Amino acid sequence: MDIYGKQPGKLARWGLKKSPWAFHLNAGSCNNCDIEILDVLTPKYDVERFGITLVGSPRHADVLLVTGVVTMQTLPRVLRVYEQTARPCLVVAIGACACSTGIFDGSYHVVGPLDKIIPVDVYVPGCPPKPEAIIDGVVKCLAKL
Amino acid sequence: MSWLMLVIAVVVFPGFLFTAALGLFSSWLDRKLSARLQWRVGPPWYQPIADVVKLMNKETVVVEGSPRFTFLSAPFIGFAAVVVVATILWRASIQPGTGFVGDLIAVLYLLYIPSVAMIVGGSASRNPYAALGASREMKLMLAYEVSFLIAVFTLVIKNGGILSLGDMVAYQQSGSPMIAQGLSCIIAFVVSLVYVPAKLGIGPFDIAEAECELIAGPYTEYSGPPFAAFKLTKAMLSCILPVLVITLFLSSAWTPWAVLWYALILVVLVLIKNTNPRLRIDQALRFFWGPVLILSLVGIVLATVGL
Repeated sequence: MDIYGKQPGKLARWGLKKSPWAFHLNAGSCNNCDIEILDVLTPKYDVERFGITLVGSPRHADVLLVTGVVTMQTLPRVLRVYEQTARPCLVVAIGACACSTGIFDGSYHVVGPLDKIIPVDVYVPGCPPKPEAIIDGVVKCLAKL
Repeated sequence: MSWLMLVIAVVVFPGFLFTAALGLFSSWLDRKLSARLQWRVGPPWYQPIADVVKLMNKETVVVEGSPRFTFLSAPFIGFAAVVVVATILWRASIQPGTGFVGDLIAVLYLLYIPSVAMIVGGSASRNPYAALGASREMKLMLAYEVSFLIAVFTLVIKNGGILSLGDMVAYQQSGSPMIAQGLSCIIAFVVSLVYVPAKLGIGPFDIAEAECELIAGPYTEYSGPPFAAFKLTKAMLSCILPVLVITLFLSSAWTPWAVLWYALILVVLVLIKNTNPRLRIDQALRFFWGPVLILSLVGIVLATVGL
C-alpha cells in the first residue's frame, strides 16, 4: 500500500477498510477480466454491502483494479493514472496477464507484468478470474490493513 | 443571544452536526432503499460516515496550473452556506416566531451558493470533464430556479405577504398547513417536489455529475478533505431541502408528523430516481421551462385570484 507520508492511524484504517472505492483500469487487456469485474459490480454479488463502489475518477479511488498485461501504448497511461490516484491506495492485479503477462509472454508489445511498473498489493490469478475470486482478492487486500 | 449559544446553534444543534447526521442518514436511506429495489442487501447504516471518515484521511491533490485558492476554497464556501441555511431553517421550525423578516429570501439566496460552488470548483479544476460538468450545472440552475421562485411567491401571496420563515410556520400552526389552503398551493407543492431532485442532482436530473458520461463532473479532480466537504454539502442539502418543503407547505418540521412527511418525500424521490433514466441537458431545460414553468405560472395566477 502506498501511503505517501505518515502511517494511517486507526480511524483512517477503519475508514479505508469499510469504504474502499474502486477504479477500474484496463492496461491492455483482452477485456475478459474487465467483463468479470463488471460482473462483480452487479446486484448478484452486491459488493456495495462492503462499501465498495465504482468511481469514475482515479482521484476518488482507494483500490486500483488493474487488468491486462502492460503494453507499450498503455505504459505512460498506467503510470499517469497511478500518480493521479490519491494516497493511500492499494493496487490489485487482476488476471494472469497482470500477474505475469499470461499468454502474451514474449510478445513484441509487452512491457512487463504489472509489478514491474507499479507496486502491487494483491494478485488475483485466473484467465479470467471468477467474480468470487476477485472478491476474495479484494477482501484479502482489505485484511492487510 | 450570547456568543456561546450562537456557536452551539451553528455547529452542534441545529446547525452542522445535527443536519449532517440527518443528511448522512438520508443518504444511507437512499442507498439502502435503492439496494432493496434492486433485490440487493445494500450498505450498513454507518456507510456514509465511513465514506466521510475515509475521505478526510486521503491526500489532497491540487492540479498543476489550476488556481489553487479557488480550487481549495470552493467546497468550503458551499459547505458554509449550507450550514447557515440549516441553522436558519431549523430555527424557524423549532422556535416559530423568531427569525427576521426576509429570512425566506436569505435562505433562497444562500441555497444558490452550493451549486455555484460546484460550478466554480469544476471550472477551477483545469479538466475538460469538470468544465463540462460545471457548464451543465449552470444550465440546470437556469432551468430549475425560476419555477421554484414563482412557487414560493405563490405561497407568499396566499398567506398575505409573510416573508419570514418563522412567521410562516406560526401562521400555519394557527390555521391549517399551506398545502390545504387551495389549488394554487397544491400546484406550488408539486413544483417544489420537482425542484428538490434537480437541486440535489439526483433522480433523472443528475446531469452535472453524470457518472458514466462525465467521469465525475465538476468533482473529477477533487480528493481528500475538499471532496469530503462536497459530499457533506450534498448530504446536508438532502436533509435541508425536504425540511424546507415541509416548513413551507406542511407546517412545522419539528413535529412527529414531520418525520413521516420527511420519510415520505425521501421515499418518493428515491423511487423516481430508481425508475427513470437520466435526462439530457436539453430535455431537462425543455422540461423546466415548459410544463413546470407553465404550471407554476398557473399557480401564481390562481393565488392572485384567491384560489
